[in-house]
Amino acid sequence: MARKDELGKLGEEQAARFLERAGYTILTRNWRCAHGEIDLVAQRGAAVVFVEVKTRSSLGFGHPFEAITVKKLARMRRLAAAWCVQAERWPRQIRIDVIAVIALTGREPVIEHLEGVF
Amino acid sequence: MGVARTHAVALLGLTGALVEVEADISAQLPGMILIGLPDAALAQATQRVRAAAANSGCPLTVHRLTINLSPAALPKHGAGFDLAIALACLAADSTVSSQSVGKVVHFGELALDGRLRPTPGILPGVMTAARLGHSTVMVPIGNEAEAKLVPDIRVVGVASLRDAAIWHGARLSPEPVEPILPAVLPSSPTAEPDLADVIGNDDAILALQIAAAGGHHVFLLGPPGAGKTMLAARLPGLLPDLDPASSLEVSSLRSLSGLGLGGALITRPPWEAPHHTATAAAMVGGGGAQIRPGAASQASHGVLFLDEAPEFASPVLDALRQPLESGWISIHRANAVAHFPARFQLVMAANPCPCGQYGANDLSCTCPPNARRRYLARISGPLLDRIDIQLNVKRITAAQLRLAAASPRVTSVSARQRVITARAAAGERLHGTPWALNSQVPGPWLRGAKVRLAPATTAGLDRALERGGITMRGYDRVLRIAWTLADFDGLTSPGPDQVGQALYLRKGMSS
Repeated sequence: MARKDELGKLGEEQAARFLERAGYTILTRNWRCAHGEIDLVAQRGAAVVFVEVKTRSSLGFGHPFEAITVKKLARMRRLAAAWCVQAERWPRQIRIDVIAVIALTGREPVIEHLEGVF
Repeated sequence: MGVARTHAVALLGLTGALVEVEADISAQLPGMILIGLPDAALAQATQRVRAAAANSGCPLTVHRLTINLSPAALPKHGAGFDLAIALACLAADSTVSSQSVGKVVHFGELALDGRLRPTPGILPGVMTAARLGHSTVMVPIGNEAEAKLVPDIRVVGVASLRDAAIWHGARLSPEPVEPILPAVLPSSPTAEPDLADVIGNDDAILALQIAAAGGHHVFLLGPPGAGKTMLAARLPGLLPDLDPASSLEVSSLRSLSGLGLGGALITRPPWEAPHHTATAAAMVGGGGAQIRPGAASQASHGVLFLDEAPEFASPVLDALRQPLESGWISIHRANAVAHFPARFQLVMAANPCPCGQYGANDLSCTCPPNARRRYLARISGPLLDRIDIQLNVKRITAAQLRLAAASPRVTSVSARQRVITARAAAGERLHGTPWALNSQVPGPWLRGAKVRLAPATTAGLDRALERGGITMRGYDRVLRIAWTLADFDGLTSPGPDQVGQALYLRKGMSS
């Protein structure tokens, strides 16, 4: 496994634990289809949340949030619809969130969560 | 998240409006949105500000910044809002004190390394801030001297965004940078050409002094080589120094056109000589998004010289009729109206015909009569009507050249002294009226009970009117020149000599 994939895995793990602590139930992790992948699908109350997790081990290439483009958000929107069809679930409310995990070496990772970015 | 606001100035013509720059941080993906009618240069401020802030050691927030320029409906242009935008963003993020930022009006364009570039239009901008009751402005260090010309306002010159942030309470250590200074260094006042250089042409020298004393517009007609341009170039040197109000106006116009002022107000009357291919927009000002002053405004309180006047496109010449009448140019666009001052003294020079030789003593004209007539007819009657002094300038002869060496000549300094005295006399007589110079006085007032001349004095002029040699409008113009001649000669009112001389200065080419 490449170093960057390992970092990504670590970040997703951290993000999932963060959501669970915040009262979410994780429905799926790394859900894939022909169009791409959703990092996390979680639920709290009536809302189903699709989460993109971005992990960085340094800020040399900018903040993780800066790596999230309009194109990526548009894909998330399509994937969310695809997930609903495949899972046959029609939630009352859906949301697209972004979680940044900044895991500087030798320090406790910092997690930032933005709700409803699309 | 945070909201902060500060101030900047949007210029429209010479008048400015205060613009509130508000920045809001919302929990969203990184982004920077600029709203409030920015033009292309201003809309790109987001990229300049982000890079400049990062390179100054105080990066902007990673969340979404919404920047509003209020009043939102007022069009804004130029890069002069960069500093205000950057500081509002930093204040919204609590990097700098939002209280401190809110009390200052900011000017300046940012370079990507965070330094501040000199910005055009600082003088009128700071004047606007002062007029609207603001006590402190922050400007790029390269504009500090110019901003300090405005009285009663505290000017803070900063070299970089880092310095500006430190001034507003950011916890950063100062980092000296090489300041960006204006490209045009303060030029030493160029010597104005001296009247003593002119040989012969005594009538023209007198006419020039009279024009300076009374503020009369001048038309010089003569063959090539007669010295028309040489004479016209000496007119600004005869005019008195600008008074404080007009000096500020002239300096503001210069600042607005992006030419540096150095550290001093302009005190000598400007001289503008646009080429005859100038367009109407170049002459009176114009432009799409940003309305800029033209040559006529740049010549305000000074001299606008049109060499080879018949070669100008006639719409360009006729565009000058409005400013000649009102002293203002108003340029209307779909979203705004800009007003520029244009109280210039017009000097036109022309050859009498296309070949230029008509009326010359030494060569004969080769133009057919109708070509000759058409040539001067390109200057429209209504424009010519507004010109008081119309004079024929002759080539000098060898005899005049020899005589000139022996006879004393008038220098610009002594002529200017007489002009100042004459203007003071006119000002005293016109005290309590809306006018200050003889050229501004309307005919009915001159013929009115208060200053009417005795019939014996105006006998020659009345005869010219009877014979149809001059029109009634021309009659008034002769009276005006006669009064200026009297002021110039130190008389309390014109006598028959002055009226005769005035008639001569008027009769150069038309009635």
